[in-house]
Amino acid sequence: MAAEDGVMSEWPLSLFAASLLAGAAPLVLASLGETLTEKAGLINLSLDGTILLSAMAGFAAAVETGSLLAGFAAGAAVGAATAAVVALMSLYLGQSQVAVGFVLTLMTKDLAYFLGNSYARIPGPQAPVFPVPGLDVLPWVGPALFRHTLITYGAVAAVAVTWFFLYRTRAGLVLRAVGENPQAAFARGINARHVQVFYALVGGVLVGLAGAAFSLSVKPGWGQPQGAEGMGWIALALVIFGGWHPLKVAAGAYLFAVLQMLGITFQGIWPSVPSQVFQTAPFPLMIFTLVFMHLGQRPEVERWAAARPWADRLLRFVRARAPRALGRPFPDRG
Amino acid sequence: MDIELRNIHKFYGSVHANRGIDLRVQGGTIHGILGENGAGKSTLMKILAGAVPASDGQILLDGRPVTFSNPAEASRLGIGMLYQDPLDFPPLTVLENFMVGRPARPKRGVRYWADTLKGMCRDFGFSLDPKAPLETLTLGERQQLELLRLLSVGSRLLILDEPTTGISPEQKELLFRALRRLAHEGKTVLLVSHKLEDVENLCSRVTVLRHGAVTGSLEAPFNAQDMLALMFGTPPAPLEKRRRTFSEKTLELRRVSGLGGRAGLRDATAAFHRGEVVGLAGLEGSGQGVFLRLAAGLQPPLEGSIHLFGKDLTGWDYHAFRRRGVAFVPEGRLEEGLIAGLTLTDHFALAACAPKLCVPWVTARRTAEERVERFRIRGRPESAADALSGGNQQRLLLSLIPPEASVLLLEQPTRGLDVESTYWVWEHLLRLADDGATIVFSSAELDEILMTADRVLVFYNGRIVLDVDAESAHPDLLGSAIAGRVIS
Amino acid sequence: MTPPPSLAHAAQRFLWTILLALGLSSAVVALGGASPLEAYRHLIVGSLGSWAKLTQVLRVWVPLTLCALGLLYTFQIGLWNIGVEGQVVLGALGATALIRWGLGAPPQWVVPAALAGAVLCGGLWALAAGILKTRAGVNEIFAGLGLNFVATGLQLWLIFGPWKQPGIASMSGTETFPENYWFPTAGGWAVSPYAAAAAVVLLGAVAWTLRATRLGLALKAIGRNEQAAYLLGLSPRRWMLLAMMLAGGLAGLAGAYQVLAVYHRLIPNISSQYGYLALLVVMLAGYRWQGIPFIAFFFAALNVGSIQLPMMLRMDSSLAGVIQGSLVLAALAVQGAAWRRRTAS
Repeated sequence: MAAEDGVMSEWPLSLFAASLLAGAAPLVLASLGETLTEKAGLINLSLDGTILLSAMAGFAAAVETGSLLAGFAAGAAVGAATAAVVALMSLYLGQSQVAVGFVLTLMTKDLAYFLGNSYARIPGPQAPVFPVPGLDVLPWVGPALFRHTLITYGAVAAVAVTWFFLYRTRAGLVLRAVGENPQAAFARGINARHVQVFYALVGGVLVGLAGAAFSLSVKPGWGQPQGAEGMGWIALALVIFGGWHPLKVAAGAYLFAVLQMLGITFQGIWPSVPSQVFQTAPFPLMIFTLVFMHLGQRPEVERWAAARPWADRLLRFVRARAPRALGRPFPDRG
Repeated sequence: MDIELRNIHKFYGSVHANRGIDLRVQGGTIHGILGENGAGKSTLMKILAGAVPASDGQILLDGRPVTFSNPAEASRLGIGMLYQDPLDFPPLTVLENFMVGRPARPKRGVRYWADTLKGMCRDFGFSLDPKAPLETLTLGERQQLELLRLLSVGSRLLILDEPTTGISPEQKELLFRALRRLAHEGKTVLLVSHKLEDVENLCSRVTVLRHGAVTGSLEAPFNAQDMLALMFGTPPAPLEKRRRTFSEKTLELRRVSGLGGRAGLRDATAAFHRGEVVGLAGLEGSGQGVFLRLAAGLQPPLEGSIHLFGKDLTGWDYHAFRRRGVAFVPEGRLEEGLIAGLTLTDHFALAACAPKLCVPWVTARRTAEERVERFRIRGRPESAADALSGGNQQRLLLSLIPPEASVLLLEQPTRGLDVESTYWVWEHLLRLADDGATIVFSSAELDEILMTADRVLVFYNGRIVLDVDAESAHPDLLGSAIAGRVIS
Repeated sequence: MTPPPSLAHAAQRFLWTILLALGLSSAVVALGGASPLEAYRHLIVGSLGSWAKLTQVLRVWVPLTLCALGLLYTFQIGLWNIGVEGQVVLGALGATALIRWGLGAPPQWVVPAALAGAVLCGGLWALAAGILKTRAGVNEIFAGLGLNFVATGLQLWLIFGPWKQPGIASMSGTETFPENYWFPTAGGWAVSPYAAAAAVVLLGAVAWTLRATRLGLALKAIGRNEQAAYLLGLSPRRWMLLAMMLAGGLAGLAGAYQVLAVYHRLIPNISSQYGYLALLVVMLAGYRWQGIPFIAFFFAALNVGSIQLPMMLRMDSSLAGVIQGSLVLAALAVQGAAWRRRTAS
């Protein structure tokens, strides 16, 4: 622990990186979860409320049992349950995924405030920091990367795992195939609907963990407002922004966290402007990006870019297409 | 594998798509299924592949009756189908497409499948890059991949639905060589086609369907005349048509190209005149659909120009064409033409009444009553459009055409209609032509075109290959042109 | 959107929806460690128990109804105008701006101008989302949501910056307007009877436009089949923008009402989430106008009744939202069950 006293470890950039990694963990988990669900062809719009409810449930369970594990499990269960409602209502009862998701967004938020009332502003357990032995003493890199809670490491690992799962495993291939063309998957003996329900649940679990990460690690405790309001919508937009690719989605999440932290820095410069103003800054940016992505798909723009290698490369990077079956459930035959 | 189909029936609602079909296919042969669009070929093949359940009938493989309720079960019995629109996953890579849907056991790695695919490619002389995204491949290459995949999962019966549409001659040659070899190795091949030359080149036996029933079977060597007769029937003697000459040009397309359908449309030029009825013939998706949509201003041409009454309207939208007297009647009645959930009165209020702040409901209702009467629509002004039968929906669509329209562009105006409705529709359209309207329509029925049109344009693979007076056009000439052979 | 079911079926569905929602919310209350009956009693007494409470309910009913009416237009044409929340805020900003500029001028000119400005601001804010949708391919949900956050940011910046109270900027909002610039009201009522009457008139007007005018017919046609409507001579994009502007205008009016008739100043949470709540109202009303006044009233009563829950039962007032959500969710489930029966046969 010698380096901890050293001046080097207090290097601001290293601190910035450390809090970035920790602060972005919930957003990364939630947007990865939604990526999985949407890759399978289902939209779970309820993220914004689900994250709050699972944050509340995670904190409450941890307080009641004294076990952090139980807390994270409760958060995951809440996320899965909400996702299950979306999946069942849309795949088995033919209701619009957007409508169900939107109702759940509002309802889970109110549920969180209602059920969490007695847990508001009480002390509770907090995920401890696990320094990685040997690596945490490295100058600069140590404090930035290797002194975090398990869920922060987990979020970073989840990026790699999700990517590996989607693009390097048999099950990931099936998942992508179903999201593209459930009819074709059905013809090859895959039960498309079961696959969609399953990945709605898996995505829900990740969203739920995101909520629990918030209330047990990033900003420990429960209150109203909790501070995670709006994060679900950002996660949903990040999935589009990242073109449904886990690495780009995660990059977007970290970029977003940087913007948020810069916002806090700017607040120090203009203390009279409330922090919420800076927090809204990424949204117009998000809209611009979406417009840019759309324009990039116009044939005339493509023709223009074809003659300019840099523009072409940029276009190819931002160009993304939603899974073809997204939001359109496979007719009742599976 | 020997295949036998006994008395297969298929109903889609009230449409009888297969009417008691019996078919025997000997193992180790290439058997052709020939017929026009809508003859019931695709339905029959989908039944055999498990994609569509039969309403009645029996399937026997090697003499044993079998049942299956989905394509995966059919596949386990050794039946594989290559669909007209390949059932694959365009953003995924070639190798991933090859791997989707494999059983989990025995466990095989990516390397194994890559080697398998490479080996098979070498074997058949295909060159497919396993890493390329499927969407960068041509249709012919996607077909090659699907064929290899079907073989690798153990298909002993291969069904190919119109495999030669939209692929290059070289790819076709490669495909045919592969199929001949597979038959030689004992596999059974069912080739569904529209094209005489495919069948002549490849098949040892052919069964012809027409209107959902078998009209006959022939052995190689085939006589083209016999096949055409079975496909199109003996056309009734053309109606006594008075010789008409047309002079006043209404609509003209000059060297237009456009995207859409399987083949797109390339370099098409045609002019139409007052009072003229022109039929567009061709295999579905050969360019006639794009042609009609370009002519209506529904999509801008990539190249070329469109003139209406001498004015260049290239690049204008449908509403501009509509104001100048063009009316487009789409093929998908409830998909594109009518609005489900809106009543007949609603439709007339939108299409036949002047746009005012308040909907003139009284006028709209009176118009609806009057048109229901005149067009003999079996329905009431307050019925929803989707509650009408197909024939009545078509009548409603025709009744929505503004009376002052002078150029009518119709996609398959009688598809799915019974004889009486068809007759009525044409009576009405020909009356409009007599009054000076230009009528351009596409149809899958040669009889219909020969009976009603003054002139026929035949589309093949995105081009107009024939432009003749209906009077001087022999059905064989048209049939050959549709099948890709222009006899000059 | 399916045709309206027969009366018996509708009654059956209604009952099932109520039962399901009641079961769901009772379970939640019990889970929160309280007696559901006790909670419901307080909700009813707290909202309908006295004339004063009733006028408070109506005070919430007005903006909720206004927003819901606007959403009828956008739902009719098939758009999810989730940006209604931001449109309320912009309406409030527009009204506040005009009042601030007009201070000193005769109120009988300034107040109507503020209303008109609010309608314009809300409408233009909605137009922005509409243009993003029709021209730039941004899904209206994300465009609307993004603009909601931007609207909130703008509002906070104004409250804490240019429009701050002399001396100190605070979350309590801007300075209160002089009383003669308040929306007229009758003595002792929480709700301005003129505003409530205006909402009823607007309800009739919206119903009339939907039934009797070309607007209603065009929106319905495009919402059900854009391509066919285009072939029949309608321009879907233009009608979409118009529907958005109408919805935004009505939402803007709701924002102006919040400023002029309720708070008499601009406060940070000026929209009180009525935009989002109105989306639920319209969904529960089956996207038809007939049910809106009643459902809006019921939702408003829940909101008002829940205010005293923290005091009386030490329960969070968000129970109102839980009940509202349960109702819509139950309605969707009941609809889904009917759908399943229909497709199975």
